[in-house]
Amino acid sequence: MEQNSIRDLLDAEIKVVNVGLEGFAAELSAAGVPVIHVEWSPPAGGDPELADLLSKLGA
Amino acid sequence: MQLIEDANREALRRILEGDPVLIDVVPAGQAIPGLGERVLLHSGPPIEWNRMCGPMRGAIAGAIVFEGWAADLDEATALAARGDIAFHPNHHFDAVGPMTGMTTRSMPVLVVENRRFGNRAYSTINEGLGKVMRFGGNDASVLKRLAWLRDVFGPALGEAIRSVGGIALKSLIARGLAMGDEMHQRNVACTSLFLREIAPVLARTSRDPQRLAEVLSFLGSNDQFFLNIAMAMGKAIMDPVRGIAGSSIVTAMCRNGTDFGIRVSGTGDTWFVAPVEMPQGLYFPGFSAADANPDMGDSAIVETIGLGGFAMAASPAVAGFVGAGSASSAALYTKAMGEITIGENPEWTIPALDFAGVPTGIDVRLVVDSGIMPVINTGIAHKEPGIGQVGAGVVRAPRACFEQAVRALAEKLRVVA
Repeated sequence: MEQNSIRDLLDAEIKVVNVGLEGFAAELSAAGVPVIHVEWSPPAGGDPELADLLSKLGA
Repeated sequence: MQLIEDANREALRRILEGDPVLIDVVPAGQAIPGLGERVLLHSGPPIEWNRMCGPMRGAIAGAIVFEGWAADLDEATALAARGDIAFHPNHHFDAVGPMTGMTTRSMPVLVVENRRFGNRAYSTINEGLGKVMRFGGNDASVLKRLAWLRDVFGPALGEAIRSVGGIALKSLIARGLAMGDEMHQRNVACTSLFLREIAPVLARTSRDPQRLAEVLSFLGSNDQFFLNIAMAMGKAIMDPVRGIAGSSIVTAMCRNGTDFGIRVSGTGDTWFVAPVEMPQGLYFPGFSAADANPDMGDSAIVETIGLGGFAMAASPAVAGFVGAGSASSAALYTKAMGEITIGENPEWTIPALDFAGVPTGIDVRLVVDSGIMPVINTGIAHKEPGIGQVGAGVVRAPRACFEQAVRALAEKLRVVA
């Protein structure tokens, strides 16, 4: 069952939502694959101390 | 945190209730107390001579000669280098200036009064394109134009503006946005609207037809004339927002060609400073990124009030000019700035976004949390003094300024990680 789902996925037209690194979206787009890029980065640039401060400040 | 939310609501109220009116043009020394002999105001946060970039040093030498504090540029440079000139940011004197931002006592300044709160802000007059002091120009042609602005243009414009009791700016900006200006790199609509309003007044107050023709010609031939009015307006709107306890709203963004600085309402007059970035943009024929100076000027005050890069969607033409992509992508910039601001300005709307208001009130918490940095439309100066503008582009405010501000605000509120 699971095998079939994966086969179905690969047989069908691929539609991609790319989150984070824009380079992946650019590569797919260049290869003609429809892709929607979501601009995202970890809160506070990934700095846990700053993220904690922001959380307490209500961000 | 409720204290911050309440403080920011108050900050937004003050921004939106601002009522800026251009009321006069007077010599800077007359308008700004403390701007006397051998005192010079520059753009951006505080900086010493030995850290200043080429165009800034070139402009300073020119301004010193213009004021008669030195006989020539070499003597002026020596005077500045040995500490005989007091340098201060425009922002410390209720003023703003584009690019190098030179303001000295005899230069005429536009006076904008915020009639809702009673404060005033100042900016020198835009010199036009080509070789100009704001890009570091300092030769005889630059000083001659400055003398004409001081002796002819400034007094004529001041008399005209006074005779009608001032020119209201808020409604003018609203019309400019609908006509494709974003008030930083595109001011052709607002300049034209201003000319349409002031031309008959100038005709009534002028006593010399030849001088009137020169004044009108200067106004009509400089698409960016309105930029300096918009900047003084921005300063007049944001100054009453300073010092609201707990507020995380940015009250000023500026750069001096070396550093980028921001101020935040809840942390008073402290500057949060980081190295300024290079604009990404398009260059005029014959120039490239190798010629460019890092970003400079107080003009990012217009982004601080929701215009410039924040209003990119209003100005598809500017998106192409500053190399920000296709006209259709202009809206993305404005929408992204909506992620880091706390409200919209209902009086300054953008037709292409179904009349959404420009994103207003930059919150340092949202900037750091989202990683989306404020976008600024900017002119690019040649790194050598005296050459002038070589392109236009987009620059991002550095993340470090906002991280410092968040930490300082937390410390002030005694919030620890």
